[in-house]
Amino acid sequence: MDLTTLTALELSTLIKSGQVTVMEATKQTLEKIKEREQSYNCFVTVVEEEALSQAEEVQKRIDAGELADSPLAGVPMAIKDNICTKGIKTSCSSKILGDFKPPYSAEVVERLEKAGAVIIGKLNMDEFAMGSTTETSFYGATLNPWNVEHVPGGSSGGAAAAVAAEEAYYTLGSDTGGSIRQPSSFCGVTGIKPTYGTVSRYGLIAYASSLDQIGPIARNVSDCVAALEVISGYDAKDSTSVKNEEYRYTEALVDDVKGMRVGIPKGYLGEGLDEEVKQGILKVAEELRKKGAIVEECELEGIDHAIPAYYVIASAEASSNLSRYDGVKYGYRTENFEGLQDVYKNTRDEGFGNEVKRRMMIGAFVLSSGYYDAYYNKALRVKAVIKHAFDKVFEKYDVILGPTAPTTALKIGENLDDPLKMYLGDIYTVSVNLAGLPAISIPCGVDSKGLPIGAQFIGRAFGEKDIIRAAYSYEQTHEYVRPTL
Amino acid sequence: MKTYETVIGLEVHVELATKTKIFCGCSTEFGGKPNTHCCPVCTGMPGVLPVLNKKVVEYAMAAGLALNCDITRKCKFDRKNYFYPDLPKAYQTSQLYLPICRNGHVDIEVNGVKKAIGIHEIHMEEDAGKLVHDDWDDCTLIDYNRCGVPLIEIVSEPDMRSADEVIAYLTKLRTTLQYLGVSDCKMQEGSLRADVNLSVREVGAPEFGTRTEMKNLNSFKSIARAIEGERKRQIEQIEYGKSIIQETRRWDDNKDSSFAMRSKEDAQDYRYFPEPDLVPIEISEEWIKEIKSKEPELREAKMLRYETEYDIPEYDASIITETKAIADLFEATVAIIKKPKEVSNWLMVETMRLLKEHEMDAEDIKFSPENLAKLIGLMDADAINRTVAKKVFEVIFSEDIDPEQYVEEKGLRMVNDEDALRKTIEEIVSQNSQSVEDYKAGKKKAMGFLVGQTMKAMQGKANPGMINQILTGILESL
Repeated sequence: MDLTTLTALELSTLIKSGQVTVMEATKQTLEKIKEREQSYNCFVTVVEEEALSQAEEVQKRIDAGELADSPLAGVPMAIKDNICTKGIKTSCSSKILGDFKPPYSAEVVERLEKAGAVIIGKLNMDEFAMGSTTETSFYGATLNPWNVEHVPGGSSGGAAAAVAAEEAYYTLGSDTGGSIRQPSSFCGVTGIKPTYGTVSRYGLIAYASSLDQIGPIARNVSDCVAALEVISGYDAKDSTSVKNEEYRYTEALVDDVKGMRVGIPKGYLGEGLDEEVKQGILKVAEELRKKGAIVEECELEGIDHAIPAYYVIASAEASSNLSRYDGVKYGYRTENFEGLQDVYKNTRDEGFGNEVKRRMMIGAFVLSSGYYDAYYNKALRVKAVIKHAFDKVFEKYDVILGPTAPTTALKIGENLDDPLKMYLGDIYTVSVNLAGLPAISIPCGVDSKGLPIGAQFIGRAFGEKDIIRAAYSYEQTHEYVRPTL
Repeated sequence: MKTYETVIGLEVHVELATKTKIFCGCSTEFGGKPNTHCCPVCTGMPGVLPVLNKKVVEYAMAAGLALNCDITRKCKFDRKNYFYPDLPKAYQTSQLYLPICRNGHVDIEVNGVKKAIGIHEIHMEEDAGKLVHDDWDDCTLIDYNRCGVPLIEIVSEPDMRSADEVIAYLTKLRTTLQYLGVSDCKMQEGSLRADVNLSVREVGAPEFGTRTEMKNLNSFKSIARAIEGERKRQIEQIEYGKSIIQETRRWDDNKDSSFAMRSKEDAQDYRYFPEPDLVPIEISEEWIKEIKSKEPELREAKMLRYETEYDIPEYDASIITETKAIADLFEATVAIIKKPKEVSNWLMVETMRLLKEHEMDAEDIKFSPENLAKLIGLMDADAINRTVAKKVFEVIFSEDIDPEQYVEEKGLRMVNDEDALRKTIEEIVSQNSQSVEDYKAGKKKAMGFLVGQTMKAMQGKANPGMINQILTGILESL
């Protein structure tokens, strides 16, 4: 039996009932990886040995009845390579981190391990999560399992592609401006970006600290929600982590949207949106209406400036966050130096890719003396305006529906030389990060090129349950569509 | 030559006496093998996040309240970005936009003139690591133990006009912070570091002159010398028609001069921005009240109380309250033996002398109030004389011995046996006929010589009052 085509919860049920061992499941997944990695390049690192010993360990705990309350126990999964795993190379897909092996594990990794997850490896991404195609990785681009001439999206391209290619049951990605949702959309899988403060960032290698959030990617809403429940919750090690919130998201897995108020912002279906994607979104709206939801057009003002504000804030924080990679303490160090300044300059020149350099330079510029108010401060004000605009929408609506990305997956190389065009692709996602809101991307059909379309539900802060209910209800109207692998 | 006025402002960095670092649980203890008081957080490993130590905020508030500052109700941290190997994150988490304390002042007195020195602000920040240059291997190593030790930076207004005022300000600052218990303020260990901003101008000039910033000042003495040196240098420049360059200068105590480190043109742009990994700190009225209510008795109050409660002179009170360590010792000793003036004398004279001799701080004193009290008790009971007591005290100072036991063991008890003493004196008198003649001839000095000879013969253990009495009797009867 090919276990890898199952969902995470289906596999877990078989494991719990003793029909399948964790070892069998892990071995099958590792086999699948060996078979498919040449085609898709989802992983930076596969930890076969560690995974097998973890499988044995988890099986023992299951047999001892320890993991009865852990629905994902024994299920093989993988983690984006910007989340620290103790003793396992964590590269951010950058040359500059070299073979860096963190001396500690991220909070989410510890929570997963406690819940009996079997970690099989680390996933490819855009370098330092900067990009929307996974082409900027030092370890080569990841290819879209639906069509290898297309990108998987990014920056969590490896995380989304691995789920689509059945190389992992679920994965963890990170989302700073759409990095979970957009690749989920491009790869026809489901991804959740939680409310800022829901999941601990401790151990997530920072890109833009005030926007970064870890979240799950899986083949359906239920798997995603199960994973989200494991990783959510207050963590004293993260000062921006939020206390006393409700994390029992599985309660929201209800096929019922009767009376739910769904707003589609006017601008969301306008200029720049691919016609087939638009039809996909309208179809979601129609299905929800059929189930009794109230779907209307709504006003969402002030989000025109979201992209510039996002790139100013994210780049500013990145320029500071990435300064620590200087060749002094860990990772890559240039061989070509005389004196300290050379170590810095040459290490960073040789160790970082172009997109990362571009954003660090933008960031250093907008923070520099004399420009701070004109750029950074203004961007913070735009951020506040956007948050306010969303708040107004949520006075009348429970969720916002729209596309995740203006198009389906782009061709490899299509946007790489045109950063501005690439940045504009983030139009539907970045404002969510600026406002700190939760959002989910779910597949809603396939376009004429055979590429999946993604729909996005956005909720009010800590309104994960609303978007989960909307997504789950829509999901029940059709079968999961897989790529031909 | 024209008459110049010196304008001085200080930036004082003080390491706070918290047990753990500002953003992690590592120890702040000084010393320790390199890189043993570190963790992923204070070494800036990828992915780590800071968690603010609440004690740091409370210490900063306590300092601010004692220095008459306003407390910022919603303050926050900012990042100061620059590259240096001792700064593992390549930014220092500090406060620029909303420092925790503002608008304070310190009252000082120099040569009887009272003056208030303004405090512009106090902000919290983290210390950096230490570079260790290994000349032998020609390489530089980094010790991150100090990385993340909490600091407050106290920025004064440019209100000081002389080295004396600066020293008075620093002394006041140091005693206040020590009394609060927020820092040990040991300059040799770097827990108090002062940078001097100095400019000169003609007396009466409306504008300040161009200032320089002097770094690497390791003692009050070097601060005073650096101020004098820089004042002279700037006046000389102006007199020669040159202008002062705004720059940072490094003081070299061995060469007794300073040299330029970097000018304003080279000054780095620190690209400050709000620290996104920390949330703003909300300080409530209740919290401020709580901190204020815990404020210990500060030096002025203590001095006044000593004068009235213990009836010791103002001079004594001022000396023994200069450091909290001595004041605490004074009170503890007086509680055992109720002789405040005697206790004060031992602390002011002998203790201070020995501290200086051993190049120690008052905080390093090891002896217990019990043993000092016993020593005073022994003198009081005529068990030892003052000369012996001083010698015993030196041993107490360095080894904290029990003086009662020590005096017995070493046989230092004062000889109060009149017959034995008379016998010795008679011998001395018969051996020194010249002195006796001198005495008879009215040279009273000869008496002192004979006392000394007697004491020597008695190995210093005789009762000096008794010697005087017996000797006078014998001499007068001759």
